[in-house]
Amino acid sequence: MSIISRISAITFKEFKQLSRDRLTFGMVVMIPLIQLLLFGYAINTNVRNIPAGLLDEAQTFQSRSITQAILATQVVDFTVSYQSVKAAEQSITDGEVRAVLILPRDLDQRIVATQNNGATGDLTRQALGQWIVDGSDTIVAGAIRSLRSMPLNELSPGNALPPPPTFEVALYFNPEQRTAVNIVPGLLAIILTMTMILFTSTAIVRERERGNLELLITTPVHSLELMLGKIIPYILIGLIQMTIILGLGRLVFNVPIIGELTQIVLVTMLFIAASLTLGLIISTIAQTQLQAMQMTVFILLPSILLSGFMFPYEGMPKAAQWISEALPTTHFIRMIRGVVLRGASIQNLQNDALFLILFTVIGLLIATMKFKKRLD
Amino acid sequence: MEIAIQASGLIRKFGSLTAVDKLDLQITKGSIYGFLGPNGSGKTTCIRLLTGLLSANAGTIEVLGLSLPGETEKLRRLIGYMTQKFSLYDDLTIEENLRFIAKIYGINGHRQKSRIENLLSVYSLEEKRRQLARSLSGGQKQRLALAAATIHEPQLLFLDEPTSAVDPENRRDFWEKLFDLSDSGTTVLVSTHYMDEAERCHRLAILANGVKRADGTPQELMESMDATVVEISGDGLRQLKQALIQNPDIISAAQQGVRLRTLIRKSISDPVTWLQQQAELKLQNRDLRVVRPSLEDVFVTSTGNFLL
Repeated sequence: MSIISRISAITFKEFKQLSRDRLTFGMVVMIPLIQLLLFGYAINTNVRNIPAGLLDEAQTFQSRSITQAILATQVVDFTVSYQSVKAAEQSITDGEVRAVLILPRDLDQRIVATQNNGATGDLTRQALGQWIVDGSDTIVAGAIRSLRSMPLNELSPGNALPPPPTFEVALYFNPEQRTAVNIVPGLLAIILTMTMILFTSTAIVRERERGNLELLITTPVHSLELMLGKIIPYILIGLIQMTIILGLGRLVFNVPIIGELTQIVLVTMLFIAASLTLGLIISTIAQTQLQAMQMTVFILLPSILLSGFMFPYEGMPKAAQWISEALPTTHFIRMIRGVVLRGASIQNLQNDALFLILFTVIGLLIATMKFKKRLD
Repeated sequence: MEIAIQASGLIRKFGSLTAVDKLDLQITKGSIYGFLGPNGSGKTTCIRLLTGLLSANAGTIEVLGLSLPGETEKLRRLIGYMTQKFSLYDDLTIEENLRFIAKIYGINGHRQKSRIENLLSVYSLEEKRRQLARSLSGGQKQRLALAAATIHEPQLLFLDEPTSAVDPENRRDFWEKLFDLSDSGTTVLVSTHYMDEAERCHRLAILANGVKRADGTPQELMESMDATVVEISGDGLRQLKQALIQNPDIISAAQQGVRLRTLIRKSISDPVTWLQQQAELKLQNRDLRVVRPSLEDVFVTSTGNFLL
C-alpha cells in the first residue's frame, strides 16, 4: 500500500504543479485543438489552381479554346502571359509561376493534322503544345503531368482527338522527379526553424532562471544590445547547419546546387535573423525553459506542415495560405528552393526577402520593447 | 555630511501585499548601512526599489543625486549590485566572468587588465582564475561576486544577503573587505538577517513586514531599546518560559544555554524586584540579573515577537 501512496503523492504533486503553470496548461489544450483544425483543413495533396503562365504564340480561336479547357480542369490558374520563351523561363526561375503552357504559332495546323491522322488511323502525331514545369516539387509536377493527355473534345465536337499525348511536358530542375531534390532545401528551413527559435528562446529564459538576468539588468547594458549580442553567435551556428545540410544533400542525395554560394548564404542569413528574432519574442513571454520549448513547438508544427515543405502551398485553402504567409519558414522555403534548385537570386525573390527583413526589424523592436530592464 | 540615498514615503505593493510601507531612508556617503529583518520583511524589495529594478507605487527616491525612476540608466554606471543568488555564470571561469562584467561596463584594454589583476589579488582568487565558477566553494563564489560588483569602482554598493551561504571565517574576511571599500569612500548598503553582521554596520534599519521599526547606530539602538534584559537561570526553563510569556509586560523569553533571556518592558522600573514579586513564577530561588542588551534583543523588541 505504501507504494501506491508514494506514487499517488508524486502524481498529485505533478498535477498541482501543472495546473499552476498556466501557459503549459494552455498549451496542453491549445496544441491539439488548433493544430488539428489547422491541419485537418490544410493538408491536401490534391493540388488545385497551380499558378501558371501562358505563352500563346498562336493567338487564335483554337488556342483560346484550349486555354479555357485547361482552366476548366482547375488544375492550373493562368496568372501571367508572356511574349517570349525567355520571359516564361525567367518567370519559373523567379518562382512566380510553377509551369508555363506554350501554344505554338502553328497550333491550328497541328490540330488539323491530328484530326486527319485520327481519320486515317495514323496515330503518330505532334503534340499541340508544351508545358514547361518547375519539376522540383514532385506533387505539383505530377498534377501538371496529369494534363499531358487531357482529351480536348471542345476542338472537334463529336469527333474526339486520338489518344494522347496532347502536350509535351518538359520538367525543369528535377527531370528525374526525385523527392530528395525538393526535400533537402526544405529540410534546411525546418531544421533552422527548430534550432534557431529554440536556442534563442531558451537563451534569455535561462539567464532569468539562473538569476543572472537580475545582475545584467542592473548594468548599463541596453535591451537592444542584449538582444543583438544574444543572437549573433547563433547566426554562425545556423550557417554551420546550412553547410552540413546542403553539403550532405549534395554528396549523399545528389541534390543539384545551381545557385551561387553568396546568394545561398545571404538568403539563409535573412531567415536565421528572422527565426532568431522570433525566438527572442518567445523568450520575453516564456518564464521557464519548458514554456519556451512548448511555444517553439507551437510554431514549429505549422512551419513543417503549412510552409510548403511537405504539402504544396497551392493545395491549401485560402485561410491556411494566410497563416502560411505569416510564417518566416514559408518565405525561406520559397527562396532557398529558388536559389538552390533554380539558380534564382535574391533580386528575383524580392518579396520574400522583404518579408524576412521586415519580420526581423519589427520582431526585434517588439522583443526590445517587451523586454523591460525592470522586474515589475 | 553628504547623502548617498534619500528616500521618503516609499510604498511598494505586490497585489494585496504591501512589501514596503511608507519607508523613509537617509544614508550618508561612505557608510555601511544595514537592513536587518527576517525573511519576507521587505529587504530585497527595498534594494530593488533603490537600484531602479522595481518602481515604487508612491514616494520619492534620490540615489547619488539622481532621482528614480527617471535617471535609472545614469545610475546604473555608478552602482554595484550583488544579488542573493550571486549571479555568476557557472560555465565561465573566474577570469572570464570578470572580463565579461568589465566589458559590459565598458572597461577595456589596459584598465580592464589591471582592474582584474587587482581584484583577483584583493579577493585571493589568483590561483583559481582559470577554474569554472561552478566548482568554487561558497566563500570563493561570494568573493568573485563582490569582485564583479565592484569592478567598475561604483560609488554605491548594494549587497543582498551576501553572507547567507558562507562559513563564519569567510564572513569575517568578507566584512573586512567591506570596511576597506567603505574606507575608500564607497557607500555600502547590505541586507542581512544575521545579528552579528548587523552589529558591524555603521547604521542600520530594522525592517518587519515592510515597515521600518528602528533606525540608528547599533549602539544607539541598544541604548534606546524599549526593554530591559534579565537573565534567569536554574532548572525547568522550558516550563518557566511558558509561564513568563503569559505576562503582558514580558515581551519575550528565549533560552540561551542554561539561562533564559527575558525582555521586560521599560515601563517597569525595577525589573528584578518586579519579577520576584510575581508569585506565580516562583522565582525566589533563582539567579536573576540585568544584562547588557544585544542587537537581537533590539530586534525582538522592535519587531514584536518574531521567531528568528
